[in-house]
Amino acid sequence: MHSKAPANLPSKTPKVTLSARDLIKVYQAGTVEIRALDGVDLDLYEDELVVLVGPSGSGKSTLLNILGGLDAPTSGQVFFRGQQLDLENDAIITEYRRKHVGFVFQFYNLIASLTAQENVALVTEIAEAPLTPTEALSLVGLGDRLNAFPAELSGGEQQRVAIARAIAKQPDLLLCDEPTGALDSKTGILVLAALEQVNRELGTTTALITHNRSISGMADRVFRFGDGRIVETSINAARVPVDELVW
Amino acid sequence: MHPLNRKIFRDLKRLRGQAFAIAMIVASGIGVLVMSLSAMQALTDTTQAYYERYQFADVFAVTKRTPMHVVRELEGIDGVRTIEPRIVQYATIDVESFPEPIAGSFVSIPENHPPRLNQLALRAGRMPLDTEPDEILINEPFAEAHALAPGDTIEALLNGRKRVLNIVGLALSPEFVYAIGPGTLMPDAARYGVVWMGQKALAAAYDLDHAFNNAAFSLWPGSPIASVLRSIDDILEKYGGIGAIARDDQISNWFVMNEIEQLKSIASIMPPIFLAVAAFLTNMVLARLVYIERAEIGLLKAFGYTDVTMAWHYIKFVLIICAAGVIIGWGLGYWLGHWMTTMYADLFRFPLLVFAPRYDIYVLSATISIGAALIGAIGAVRFAASLPPAEAMRPPSPPAFRHHSSLLAGLVEHLDQPTRIIFRQVFRRPLRTLLTSLGVSASVAVLVASLQWLDAIDYMIEDYFTNQQRQDITISLVEAANTDVVNDLARLPGIQAVEPHRAVAARLHFGPRYRREAVIGLPQNGELEVLHDVHGSRVPLPGNGLLVSSAMADILGAGVGDAVIVEVLEGRRPIVAIEVAAIFETLIGTPVYMEFEALNRTLNEPERTNLLVAVFDERQQQHLYETIKELPTVAGVVLKRAAIDLFDQTIGETMLIMIFFYVAFASTLAFGVLYNNMRISLSERGRELATLRVLGFTNAEIAYMLFGEAAVLTLIGLPLGCLLGWLLAVFMAQGFNTELFRIPVVIEASTYGYSMLVVLTSAFASALLVERRLVRLNLISVLKTRE
Repeated sequence: MHSKAPANLPSKTPKVTLSARDLIKVYQAGTVEIRALDGVDLDLYEDELVVLVGPSGSGKSTLLNILGGLDAPTSGQVFFRGQQLDLENDAIITEYRRKHVGFVFQFYNLIASLTAQENVALVTEIAEAPLTPTEALSLVGLGDRLNAFPAELSGGEQQRVAIARAIAKQPDLLLCDEPTGALDSKTGILVLAALEQVNRELGTTTALITHNRSISGMADRVFRFGDGRIVETSINAARVPVDELVW
Repeated sequence: MHPLNRKIFRDLKRLRGQAFAIAMIVASGIGVLVMSLSAMQALTDTTQAYYERYQFADVFAVTKRTPMHVVRELEGIDGVRTIEPRIVQYATIDVESFPEPIAGSFVSIPENHPPRLNQLALRAGRMPLDTEPDEILINEPFAEAHALAPGDTIEALLNGRKRVLNIVGLALSPEFVYAIGPGTLMPDAARYGVVWMGQKALAAAYDLDHAFNNAAFSLWPGSPIASVLRSIDDILEKYGGIGAIARDDQISNWFVMNEIEQLKSIASIMPPIFLAVAAFLTNMVLARLVYIERAEIGLLKAFGYTDVTMAWHYIKFVLIICAAGVIIGWGLGYWLGHWMTTMYADLFRFPLLVFAPRYDIYVLSATISIGAALIGAIGAVRFAASLPPAEAMRPPSPPAFRHHSSLLAGLVEHLDQPTRIIFRQVFRRPLRTLLTSLGVSASVAVLVASLQWLDAIDYMIEDYFTNQQRQDITISLVEAANTDVVNDLARLPGIQAVEPHRAVAARLHFGPRYRREAVIGLPQNGELEVLHDVHGSRVPLPGNGLLVSSAMADILGAGVGDAVIVEVLEGRRPIVAIEVAAIFETLIGTPVYMEFEALNRTLNEPERTNLLVAVFDERQQQHLYETIKELPTVAGVVLKRAAIDLFDQTIGETMLIMIFFYVAFASTLAFGVLYNNMRISLSERGRELATLRVLGFTNAEIAYMLFGEAAVLTLIGLPLGCLLGWLLAVFMAQGFNTELFRIPVVIEASTYGYSMLVVLTSAFASALLVERRLVRLNLISVLKTRE
């Protein structure tokens, strides 16, 4: 389904949204040093959807956290649209997250005291050119559950609210850390479909971590991680429609 | 150590801030309880020991002149055990280094043996010799105030004759524990002295050979006091007796007993507030702990630990926090109790001090607080015990929030999302919101109620000394004199205005009730003593009939129009029925007034005065004092300036120290409540706040969402606290009301302001501490784990 090939850039030279250069992240766990990232170089392009796969502890989440401004690398640089990000500066990276990044996690992390619509509005109120909460929720197929509190939604619905919340500000970058990890396959497909649709319709650069290799088919490119490095990059000639994915 | 016990200590270490806040609130409650109970006990024990050892009399009687042989008759009264006939006279004292005239009580003592009743504790020197009529003992505080010692001399005007008296010793007496001079409100050691002289010497000075004018009695236990008093009055009536009084009404003892009552009142009001809040916080913190640990609880149960073991585990957690609070509280209470007792020992003069708080105070206080904490823990412990292992290990579903009614929904429409979060948190657990706000309001209330004492005292001083007493000096005469004396006084240096008043000892009867009280005659258009009611409006003096204070009207049960039987206890001792013309409210005493001439007509003693009030020119003060010291007819002098200073000094000092502690306790309360609330909120909502940070909200924005809730609770608590503070002040004023003082409930706006400010400061302090944790929120680890 996908060809194993060196990392070739797509032919029409699209713009780079985010680049990472020589990222190294070392954790001190007691007396043991853990190299979570061991020199990662990466470029993410506009409109593309990439999938990060690899065993636990291979560095996928660490990379995603650094790219999203949730964590700082031990060394190395991150460039957002060619501008280097000062990942140590809380004010700058907060601003970066606020304006440019959307996150989706395995655990939906919705605000329990706000309804679906309000959870999305939380982001649209502080964004520059957001979708309306209703638009964002309709995009993920929840146009009819606007006024439900998280406690009144199923797991899949909660995750789709989380996606709507992440994309409502029309981020430049959507980072998803195992968004289907807590869901059954049927619900997982719905969530992935929502992500795919957002990527397609809004052109949001999307990076998605998964343990499930079959999900790789929906990506433009797939990065395989091992021991803190990208050990393999593959390009899919064509994205497999989500409803055809074999779970 | 068993791993579960080790877990308790680790939990405590992790939650040390919250545990410490709860322990301090328990400590505050215990501290106040132990302080007031131990001071109360020390005061009771000391008084009792003092009274017993020095044979404090049970009954006191004042007469004009009673021949010695009547003693035998008095001894015959059923119930009387011992009688001590003596001479007691007021006279002015002159101490060389002190410009003002000093009021003195001269009390005779038998020459050859110690008095049988009201014995003296000799503090320095020796007893006077019967061969030396000028040898005297003076009371120790008076000696200290003027740096007098045995070997020094003082001058006194005894029955018109100036005498130089030699101090041979210093003494204390159970009769003068609270040594208060005539016409004054507080003990003033510099302006009031007690002098003991040999019986013969004092009798010679006052022409009372083979006679006495005052008697002290002790009674057999169980004697019917009322009938003994009646029998004494019957016998002494023809000798000018003005009515015997029981120990309960003896002025010094009355003050001591009153103070003990007030301590009881403190012990019953303040500690329950603290302990209730401690119980609530225990509940909140433990409930959260159990909730977070439900998976562990389930696991332990799956391993085979019983429900009882799990319940006991969390009870131990509470007991340790509580025990820490109890121990700190004990120490604090012991120390405060000792301080308070020492303060009392200074105000009340005891030759001995018994400060040995009984262990039962400590046991009682610990039992109460541990009981309160356990009640607080019940809910959480029961939850831990009843949690089925399987359910305990399942993750919880998101907490449910309710949809608003349409009215609220309309309101919420206008709020931004962060504010909606605050709003919904506040409404989600109405009980917790209410209790937290109540905790905040309790601290405001404690502050308002304690700070208002200063307002009340200011008001009393203003009301009594400024509005009512417009004179600078009050001079009481040894005997009633013709009003010509006004002119004599007016001629004294510096005197600008004088008014004659009349004070008559009387017993007022209405139905079966009666009361001793001086009836004061005031001139109709007098300007130097102006009566006001508690609301500040002037009370006109009725031309005829009595003007009765409402406190006295309550005692007698008499109303306007009722005829009160006035049994005059001096002079010709007429018994007359006088109508109550008006009733007015006053804060101090239970006074009864009459128009000056009307009173004299009743007594059939026209134009007589025994109380002169005057205004004088301060520049002539020195000269005036010197002249007054020489006047033989003067029994005592009260200077208003000195009285106000003393009032301020005595009450102000102790009050400020007490207020300092109450401010500390109330701040602890507010801090404990809010800090725990915020910490628990942070723990409950850590994920949510981390999520918001990930979504791009700044630290300040999420701080708004976290502290917004506490701010709303505080804002609800502040006005509520002012209201509760007012109620508490009303309640405490009632507890502290005595016949002598009625503490007015006067609360200045600034008192509410300061109280709220203290609580706000506490709120900010707790927010600052929690903010440090908020900034350190680990975004990744919070988001990657399930709660």
